[in-house]
Amino acid sequence: MSISIFETLKSLWVGNKAADRIVPPSGFTVGLTLFSAAAMAFLAVFALAVALASGRLAQSWGDDLARASTLRISAPDGQQDVQTEAALRILSQTEGVSSARALDDDEVQALLEPWFGPDLPADKLTIPRLIEITQDGRGFDAQGLRLRLQAEVPGAVLDDHASWRTPLVKAATRLRVFGWFSILLISLTIASIVTLAANAALAANAQIIAVLRLVGATDSYIATAFIRRFTLRSLVGASLGTAAGFIAVMLMPSNAEAGAFLTGLGFKGWHWLVPILVPVLTACVAFIATYVASRRVLRRLA
Amino acid sequence: MQLRQKQHRSGKAGRAVIEFNDVAYGYSGDAILENISLEIAPGSFHFLTGPSGAGKTTFLKLCYAALTPTRGDLRVFGGHIHPSNRTAIAMIRRRIGVVHQDCQFLDHLPVEDNIALPLSVSGQSVADQSENLFELMNWVGLSGRIGALPPELSGGERQRAALARAVIMSPEVILADEPTGNVDWEMSQRLLRLLIELNKMGKTILIATHDMALIRAAKAEVQARVLRISNRTLHAAGADL
Repeated sequence: MSISIFETLKSLWVGNKAADRIVPPSGFTVGLTLFSAAAMAFLAVFALAVALASGRLAQSWGDDLARASTLRISAPDGQQDVQTEAALRILSQTEGVSSARALDDDEVQALLEPWFGPDLPADKLTIPRLIEITQDGRGFDAQGLRLRLQAEVPGAVLDDHASWRTPLVKAATRLRVFGWFSILLISLTIASIVTLAANAALAANAQIIAVLRLVGATDSYIATAFIRRFTLRSLVGASLGTAAGFIAVMLMPSNAEAGAFLTGLGFKGWHWLVPILVPVLTACVAFIATYVASRRVLRRLA
Repeated sequence: MQLRQKQHRSGKAGRAVIEFNDVAYGYSGDAILENISLEIAPGSFHFLTGPSGAGKTTFLKLCYAALTPTRGDLRVFGGHIHPSNRTAIAMIRRRIGVVHQDCQFLDHLPVEDNIALPLSVSGQSVADQSENLFELMNWVGLSGRIGALPPELSGGERQRAALARAVIMSPEVILADEPTGNVDWEMSQRLLRLLIELNKMGKTILIATHDMALIRAAKAEVQARVLRISNRTLHAAGADL
């Protein structure tokens, strides 16, 4: 059987009103394909949102936080300010530190607020002083700094965030891989569903295929009619699903509002353009699936 | 008398449109047709008769490449048919009009679209040929059934629609498998007259039928050759026909 993929693609683009009519317009495969394409596209938009957001988080936790460290000073009353000044002096002399500043009481209060609420009596509690350290491109020698702080500022504890940052980066990276893997699974699922639907439609229309062959239709003509029908149907279904997914992602609270980790899941910047590819890719998957299915079924019916 | 190779030419000149040379066809090891040798000349009129199950339909299917011989040499329009070359088979079928007893249509399309189907599948514009289409529908007596769906047609109307569909591409050969099997005598005569008219236009006609009265009626009007399939092979029919 000779079904030229290029001829089929051309016919898909140009269209053929007569060929479009040979496939009966109704049938269970219509709803099945539309619904499946819509549902899969909806899920694909969410998987994309997870994958892209995880990528951003991994980047943020990986590169951005790698340049930030915190120095915590826990000293008896009266000693805190002295030790803080000493620590700031040491930090200003340390190679690789681009800036260091002590957080004021309001900033500390804001940091504790998610855990203890807004009415925390910070003035009545002994709260360690925090110094935010920003590294330059070279970074500093953490071990050397610790040793010097141990000698000169006994209440200081340097936290380069590695202990909690590493598993988070790993988790975000894995989540991104799972997101893309989910998109792959969704693509394979839609391919399977379209293949099943196309197989069923071709088998259910065996009589139509026999009539068309009897009057001189080439297999390419017959296949194109089915391929065009399923590709366009998948495109419509996926467009609807993508639109619904888009709206759902837009309705998610922004991380600026809630400040929590999960609310950051969504699209940012040019990432909003990526879901537009979902209907196009779904149509491509449907095209290939129907092309392969029609080749197989028409060969079997020959 | 069993027909042997190239014995059975019609009186008209020209290269054979269909040529069987010692062709056999079988299925699952059982022979259905054997030692078939025949040339069908262009413009000839043939009847193919024989008892039910003798292999008449199989013979016709071999002619339009719906089946492939298990042995022998079969040429259609001078060329061999390769079953894997589906495009070549489609091109052959555009030159052969086929009318079945249980004529099948696309039930979701109106009768005129079904008749025009060979034009559509060959890439021709139906709109450009609408005049010919309606002339053809008038010729087969279906001009009053425009817009009707195939399930709404009577048996005779379906046969005539199938005939119109078979001839719309002006094919060189028309194969009819029991075209009068589902219609009354009057309608069968009408269909026969249409086929005779087509033959007078130069079309090659091959009709498989067991309707002897139809054959006798045809022989009164046209020079028709009668072939008979029995014992899996082709014979010339007796002079009583």
